[in-house]
Amino acid sequence: MSLHAQDDPALRAAQEERLREVWKPPTGWFFRWTDTNNNQVGVWYTLTAFGFMLFAGVLAMIMRAQLAVPENDLVSPATFNQLFTLHGSMMMFLFAVPMFEAVSIILLPQLLGARDLPFPRLSAFGYWSFLIGGVFVSGSIFFNVAPDGGWFMYPPFTTRTDLSGLGADIWMLGLSFIEVSSVAAAVELIVGVLKCRPPGMRLNLMPLYAWYILVVAVMILFAFPPLIAGDVLFEMERLLGWPFFDQAKGGDPILWQHLFWIFGHPEVYIVFLPSIALFAMIVPTFARRHLLGYPWIVLAAVGTAFLSFGLWVHHMFTTGLPKISLAFFSAASEAVAIPTGIQIFAFIATLWAGRVVWSTPLLYVTGSLAIFVIGGLTGVMVAIAPFDWQAHDTYFIVAHLHYVLIGGTLIPLFGGLYYYWPLITGKKLSDRLGRTAFWFLFAGANLTFFPMHFSGLLGMPRRVFTYPAELGIGGLNLASTIGSWVFAAGVAIVCVDLALSPRREKSPRNPWEAGTLEWLAHPDDEDWGIRSVPLIESRYPIWDQKDFVKKVDEGRFFLPDAEEGRRETIVTSVLDARPVQVVRLGGPSIKPMLTAIALGSVFILTTYHLYWAALVGAVVTLGMILLWLWTGTAEIPEKDCKPIGHGIELPLYISGASASGWWAMFITMMADATAFSGLVFGYYFFWTRHEDFPPSGAGLDGPGAFWPMVALAVSLAGWLMTIGARETNRRGMVGAARALLALGAVASLAAIGAGLAGPWLSGLAPKLHVYPAIVWTLVIWTTAHAGVGAIMQLYTLARSVAGKMTPKYDADVRNITVYQHFMALTAVVTYATIGLFPGAA
Amino acid sequence: MKNEAPHGPERRGFRHRLRELRVTLWTLIVPPSVWAVHFLFCYLWVAVSCAKLGAFPRFTTAFVIGTAVAEAIILASGWIAWVQTHTPGDPAPHDQGTDIDRLRFLAVSTLLLAGLSFVAVIFTAVPALMLTDCR
Repeated sequence: MSLHAQDDPALRAAQEERLREVWKPPTGWFFRWTDTNNNQVGVWYTLTAFGFMLFAGVLAMIMRAQLAVPENDLVSPATFNQLFTLHGSMMMFLFAVPMFEAVSIILLPQLLGARDLPFPRLSAFGYWSFLIGGVFVSGSIFFNVAPDGGWFMYPPFTTRTDLSGLGADIWMLGLSFIEVSSVAAAVELIVGVLKCRPPGMRLNLMPLYAWYILVVAVMILFAFPPLIAGDVLFEMERLLGWPFFDQAKGGDPILWQHLFWIFGHPEVYIVFLPSIALFAMIVPTFARRHLLGYPWIVLAAVGTAFLSFGLWVHHMFTTGLPKISLAFFSAASEAVAIPTGIQIFAFIATLWAGRVVWSTPLLYVTGSLAIFVIGGLTGVMVAIAPFDWQAHDTYFIVAHLHYVLIGGTLIPLFGGLYYYWPLITGKKLSDRLGRTAFWFLFAGANLTFFPMHFSGLLGMPRRVFTYPAELGIGGLNLASTIGSWVFAAGVAIVCVDLALSPRREKSPRNPWEAGTLEWLAHPDDEDWGIRSVPLIESRYPIWDQKDFVKKVDEGRFFLPDAEEGRRETIVTSVLDARPVQVVRLGGPSIKPMLTAIALGSVFILTTYHLYWAALVGAVVTLGMILLWLWTGTAEIPEKDCKPIGHGIELPLYISGASASGWWAMFITMMADATAFSGLVFGYYFFWTRHEDFPPSGAGLDGPGAFWPMVALAVSLAGWLMTIGARETNRRGMVGAARALLALGAVASLAAIGAGLAGPWLSGLAPKLHVYPAIVWTLVIWTTAHAGVGAIMQLYTLARSVAGKMTPKYDADVRNITVYQHFMALTAVVTYATIGLFPGAA
Repeated sequence: MKNEAPHGPERRGFRHRLRELRVTLWTLIVPPSVWAVHFLFCYLWVAVSCAKLGAFPRFTTAFVIGTAVAEAIILASGWIAWVQTHTPGDPAPHDQGTDIDRLRFLAVSTLLLAGLSFVAVIFTAVPALMLTDCR
């Protein structure tokens, strides 16, 4: 008889009952949608993204029907423009990226043995934003106002309101809203991987899926914000007439191409790496061995992430940039083939060295690798500038990108669907239907896209709604169209398989006999995620650790109980996963949904130029966010510590660099700083394009040095006072801390006035020329941040006065200090640029 | 015990200190970050020179120096990583949850990234040294 308390079945049953009660989803036809538990939100997210994929697929089918024969008139040219724009935009923004986030929200907590990710309400907010924005953008086609400028929306056709309609605004504002949810999810996933691993899961024991997700989420932080900056400039031009891309007033459409492709190229890897991550889970399971070359895979993921940011100009090889610039980007494009090749060889080697079980998911993996490799080879071809000059904007490119995306994103996801369906539903999908669907998909993809290489080389341009019979490409196009129907039949078979799933019997637990943590999930899953948070000693604990599953199930590891009736999980250190805190997670709440609705209203009302209503929406959004923070964050616990079992006691509240909230602020500010650097890039880009930048004359003279320097001084004062407030508060001088916070808020508000005074007093007219426009934009960005800084300082002051922040429980002031560091950096760059740059003063 | 001279020859002491260095996720990304800085340096210098001066940068030796500095940093971080991968401990495959195996893992990954970055820097340097006009 063991002395372990968990030997008592009654105790275990009581623990289970408490856990069940705490993690119980809300009920009722409306309130069930207020749940924030990852395994609910993740499933909604996945189904929504899957639905958008089907919708965008139907758009593609209509296009292929139109192109089946020469000089067809099934759809009008205007409709065709909307079809290909929406197809590309939806597949990228509403399927590929959200799908990776959705799948990760389901899988990551399971893989990391966490009860949930650190910010469940943020996940829910991201989901509702995605749903609202996605319906708004995709629904536009039913009203004949879908965007029609191509998924890259190149100005000047798209910025000139006489040449493009509401569709361009819907694209910009609707998708900006969705980018907000992507960044929110990236924050959640990064902090989840870094801080919510189970004790003992050091960096070198992390499942490779988690490594990939970490890398991809970091890529999102550096890729999406430049597009957000571009969107800001784009909408300023469309709605206010500020001429950023208008050549006649000193603007330049190439700036948009830079900002778009700094996002657009890494985006390809953002949607490719998560699918490779699925391979990294599927291959070892069916090779029945550890994946070979773990550090090589990490090299490949990190290397690809870096190099993919040096490629964006290869989308601009034909814009007339100097050849030397093309050469740099061509070199980086070739170099990225190295890490990509390495990871594929690691999978092949693992299969070679293992005892392969030839399952349906593995069939999808191998088939998609074959398709992806063809796309990779044509990628090397188009990375060579002289070849690209020939193939640019032809169907050769369409063939290349679809080979990459279907082989590198879509079919791996179907493989992942077959692999992980038992984890979500407890039931396996049909092997017979799965294999049939695979062969339809495989044959269909090749029949659709392989002929496009030839139709492209024979001279068929992209985005044309029809082509003359004399071009001699009718047969190739008909083959492509037939192929697309075969492919669609494959997707339909998968859908049938999914629809039949509820009628099937439950499969056994861990049906593939995998070795990683997510397969602890039981067919009759409980909402608590994991019965007890395990101690990890191996990369494949189910295979390698003795009695692992039994010990988890009997609650013999950590945090087996929920005595205080709160949703909780363990926070650990970044490198070595030493437990540092038990964090209380947000439970079901209507606030995330209402905040998403309020924020959505800002974007949607702005689209229709209803600015006053949009302003009301913005105020409501701010109020919702403050309410959410006030009631849901940095809560002072009823006791300092709690035991998590095995004699370990962990604090319930920590602040500073080891807390998850601090990391969330830091990561959000990285994204913010990246967006800001996109705007600063714009300033210096215009400087390189013009002899006389900054120009001079009425309405063009710069803001001088005085007011920018005053603004910089008061901004830095606000920053120093915040640091002072943090330090005095820490030392127990609460009164001094409150005074400094109040003074800091005054300084931040003064920074708004001083910042705006520069361009205002010098009479800079933003509609006149791009110089005043970009100066005003930088100043508005910086002063808006000063305003947010003031709100944060006042909020923290209020927290202190209300007793929700004390010298010991000081997360609020520590987190706003992180914001202020970035604020100070922003102020230095902005005011030095507009006030001190040669010629500006 | 304190202030005691290290045992063994000086060389070994230096290697020992390298192994004691604090290795984190930040040190892992040093080699590719050097690639990124070198890449931006080459691209921006050429772009700004051509746009503002109307001529290819006259001091092509600067590219040579810049490339040499970048490669030197990458080689140094690769060498430190190499020493760290040889930290004594239990035999291969080094996939245990110990301090040493975590150090070795980060070291091997850094070493591999140093190799990739070394090649990628050469890729970028070649056009800068071979093409010498702004067309």
